[in-house]
Amino acid sequence: MSALLELRNVTKSFGGLTAVGDVTFDVAKGSVVGLIGPNGAGKTTTFNVITGNHRADRGTITFEGRSIGGLRTHKIVTLGIARTFQNIRLFQQLSAVENVLAGRHCRTRAGLLAAMVRTPGQAREEAEAVARAMAELAFVGLEGRALELAKNLAYGDQRRLEIARALATEPKLLVLDEPAGGMNEHETDELVGLIRRIQERGITILLIEHDMSLVMRACEHIVVLEYGEKIAEGTPDAIRADPRVIEAYLGTEEA
Amino acid sequence: MSRRLLVGYASAAVVLGIAPLFLDPYWVDVLNSVGLYALLALSLNLILGDAGLFNMGQAAFYAVGAYTAAILSTQLHVPILWALPVSGLVAALFAALVARPVIHLRGDYLLIVTIGLGEIVRIALVNDVFGLTGGANGIFGIARPSILDHKIRRPQEFFYLIWAFVALTVFLFHRLEQSRFGRALNYLREDPVAAEGSGVNTARYKLLAFALGAGWAGMTGSLYAAKMTIISPESFSFWESVVVFLMVILGGSGSIPGVLLGAALVVMVPEFFRGLASARMLFFGLVMMVMMVVRPQGLLPLRAPRFKRSDLPRAEPAPGAAPGGAK
Repeated sequence: MSALLELRNVTKSFGGLTAVGDVTFDVAKGSVVGLIGPNGAGKTTTFNVITGNHRADRGTITFEGRSIGGLRTHKIVTLGIARTFQNIRLFQQLSAVENVLAGRHCRTRAGLLAAMVRTPGQAREEAEAVARAMAELAFVGLEGRALELAKNLAYGDQRRLEIARALATEPKLLVLDEPAGGMNEHETDELVGLIRRIQERGITILLIEHDMSLVMRACEHIVVLEYGEKIAEGTPDAIRADPRVIEAYLGTEEA
Repeated sequence: MSRRLLVGYASAAVVLGIAPLFLDPYWVDVLNSVGLYALLALSLNLILGDAGLFNMGQAAFYAVGAYTAAILSTQLHVPILWALPVSGLVAALFAALVARPVIHLRGDYLLIVTIGLGEIVRIALVNDVFGLTGGANGIFGIARPSILDHKIRRPQEFFYLIWAFVALTVFLFHRLEQSRFGRALNYLREDPVAAEGSGVNTARYKLLAFALGAGWAGMTGSLYAAKMTIISPESFSFWESVVVFLMVILGGSGSIPGVLLGAALVVMVPEFFRGLASARMLFFGLVMMVMMVVRPQGLLPLRAPRFKRSDLPRAEPAPGAAPGGAK
């Protein structure tokens, strides 16, 4: 299986602190990969480097054989990497459907003049964008809340709305930063199902998660970070048995 | 657009359409002033209300437009209405050029930079930079506009010219807010990081918001020059930028009807209290303070969502989606 995303020796420091040091791993096409590690291990920084929110100090990031290091975030999204945020970042004062339409932006063309003149092409594109946004809302189970303001949605619904917005960009790789954060057990179960259905659409998933039951159920491959460095990598079963991972998570006295 | 808003616009159009028949020239001129400020407030609303970029230098773009029209009219004898699109273009290019290096600044930082910009433009005009602006005296002898060989000179005639432009602007800007372009500006306002992360080129749209808002202020400037026939730097002081900023915030940032109401109130309320002489501005300031305490969202705040239930198609499952949904 070819790798969709390759990180090679990626390093990112803030001041004197190395948040991510020399991290190397692959994300195979079509897989669900989990990135885990204790708080402060550099997981979100790794995500931010992949999505262009931060620029790596050293190392290369290759997506579909093309180097994406140093590209601006919107450009990376256009190439096919969409993300959600750890601390939900929705457009709070806008409706759910308008939030998802943000994801359609990079797949549509109509500009200023087309909007003012309302050309037939613009009207058609707009209708298609709205239809696609509604389809993504339906996909995550929010079609009935299309006109709710994002800020009025329940927490779990906000997480799913963020996923719908990311899906609307037609990504090849979906990067989820703690998608189960703040969810109850039932919502987490639903999320595992949603991740499966996203995978069935042929979309590769890379996710950060603290909920180990979700990671073990949803991911085929797991990368473990500690203090910014990769300490283990492998299948869920291998990771569960890895002494370094057990030590990092539970401390030696428990091992 | 909601039915209530349509009815509101239609009644306003009827009232304004017959207003000059009943009003004396003084009040017609007050309404002309309302119209010009409404245009300025709508242009600033694109930048401040829609895109959330704090700009307290809108008078600079207004001035660039007015001076472009004045120079074209007096030096090259271009008919002033032909100069209107050129003024818009020049102001937009000017804005794109000066905003380029500062556009990444946020909130209060951008605000301070735009205040500086407004002052620089005004002082440059006073100092007669290219020997074209006439210094502190300004430019006079700007030709009257004419439509089909009919010279527009009376306040009533300007009234219809200005308000026709307001109507056109309202129409176009409503279309804009319900479009890919308009939404991109709203995403910027709500959360620039999430906007960029959703695939919106935020740097580009910030610049476009500035250029479009400035261009519209520039066209308004050329209407102003045509109406006054004399323009001078003092018409484009910092206070003008502040007043237009106030209109947007007071009326309802991001809301077109709100901004129109804001412009009408800020121009007309002090007129009603003319009897109080200089105390009227004191009263005006007090109203402003009370407003911001009791209704910070503005008089007619933005009503989201912009979509109606009937605009939304019945959802088809997304390509490759399993039937059922997550429920």
